[in-house]
Amino acid sequence: MKKTALFKKHQELGAKMVPFAGYEMPVQYKGVNIEHQTVRDHVGMFDVSHMGEFILSGPNALDLIQKVSSNDAAKLFPGRAQYAYLPNENGGVVDDLIIYMIEEEKYMLVVNASNIEKDWNWISKHNDNAEMKNISDDMSLLAIQGPKAISLLQELTNENLNEISFYHFKTMNFAGLDDIIVSATGYTGSGGFELYVPNASAAEVWDKIMEIGPKYGLEPIGLAARDTLRLEMGYCLYGNDIDESTSPIQAGLGWVTKFTKSFINDDDIKLEKENGVSRKLIGFELLERGIPRKGYNIIDENGNTIGVVTSGTMGPSVKKSIGLGYVEADLAKPGSKIYLSIRNKSISAEVVKLPFYKR
Amino acid sequence: MNVPKDLKYTKDHEWVKIEDDIAIVGVTDFAQGELGDIVYVEVETVDEELDREEVFGTVEAVKTVSDLFMPISGEVIEFNESLEETPEKVNEDPYGKGWMIKIKITDSSELEDLLSPEDYESSIS
Repeated sequence: MKKTALFKKHQELGAKMVPFAGYEMPVQYKGVNIEHQTVRDHVGMFDVSHMGEFILSGPNALDLIQKVSSNDAAKLFPGRAQYAYLPNENGGVVDDLIIYMIEEEKYMLVVNASNIEKDWNWISKHNDNAEMKNISDDMSLLAIQGPKAISLLQELTNENLNEISFYHFKTMNFAGLDDIIVSATGYTGSGGFELYVPNASAAEVWDKIMEIGPKYGLEPIGLAARDTLRLEMGYCLYGNDIDESTSPIQAGLGWVTKFTKSFINDDDIKLEKENGVSRKLIGFELLERGIPRKGYNIIDENGNTIGVVTSGTMGPSVKKSIGLGYVEADLAKPGSKIYLSIRNKSISAEVVKLPFYKR
Repeated sequence: MNVPKDLKYTKDHEWVKIEDDIAIVGVTDFAQGELGDIVYVEVETVDEELDREEVFGTVEAVKTVSDLFMPISGEVIEFNESLEETPEKVNEDPYGKGWMIKIKITDSSELEDLLSPEDYESSIS
């Protein structure tokens, strides 16, 4: 089992550690509900160093990215990031990722921890002549998320963080260290930044943030709250809501699918987009007591299976049982009544517009 | 870890308090800590006669769902309905306000198979 550079910090803080994607990761410190609410109301810090980072560079880097990625990387400029996915050849998704343009002919791809090896092999397979470097084992990633994140982090840099818009980033001197990537991205819906820090400096950055954190209400946050926070926003999680067998169009990823260039399986995806899909990923709220879980069947009033739950939880901020799942397209409209099969009982639910949580 | 001396326990991390022919049942402090924040307790077996180790309900935490097992055979005579609105009582006070059901004991000889506080404590340490 791998450990992140911050493993000792989590132990000292009394975190409950669990194996996740080959790493021992903190799942919670004080409790998922309180951690979730801390991010919504104040600010929380996550160690998400298990995420993978690849550097693609050279004159052929952009061509390679355009071939494997769904989004149009030609729109990027240094300091700009974009969300995208890697389509496979069979109508599914290899992974979702963020692509950063570091400078001309140099990009950083940030991928899911559980897919690092698979993505590396996939991209390598399609690579003609770009330089590729896997820096996952050398790079730590801290997510500082919540409404107070900007004020807290501003104390540690002379750069004006207000000038970094959503999905933009800047490489800067931060906490006395050069070349830290400060990115206005996140997976919580509560604003904030993500910091890419070399492993050797990760503990120092963590400590400096923790030191000035108390006056902003900062707490360390585990992976359990990361999941409830993302789910309240309706963000897809790879392995749950999208995978090798799910259509990106059905999953609602059409907005990061750009036919301004050609990419793997683009003809099929384009056809699917034009013809409309038979199934759709929807958000739903339970109208009765119960908690939806991944794998539960979605049924109609007669008990016929019409879909499947891909993610579900009790939303700590929305205070409702919420979930994501696939249903037939004619039931995907907000307001549609569906049912969940929970322990052989039929529990009523309603399709709702995403996100569940609105600031 | 809090393991009160006046209770009996099961390997499924439930505690049992005997009051004459009634057994009060809940989950242990260890169990609530492992489950994390509990968001729903479902018991729909009130008035049913169940055997030892049959499922009498489920407890849902944010991340997991877990079955609740009868520590002894008997009739489920009461569910702590206050848990419907405030399931977090199981986290806050697992041996008190977080109790789950009362069972009318049918075979008191089964009580001898329950774990002592010492045995339970060594099983989780």
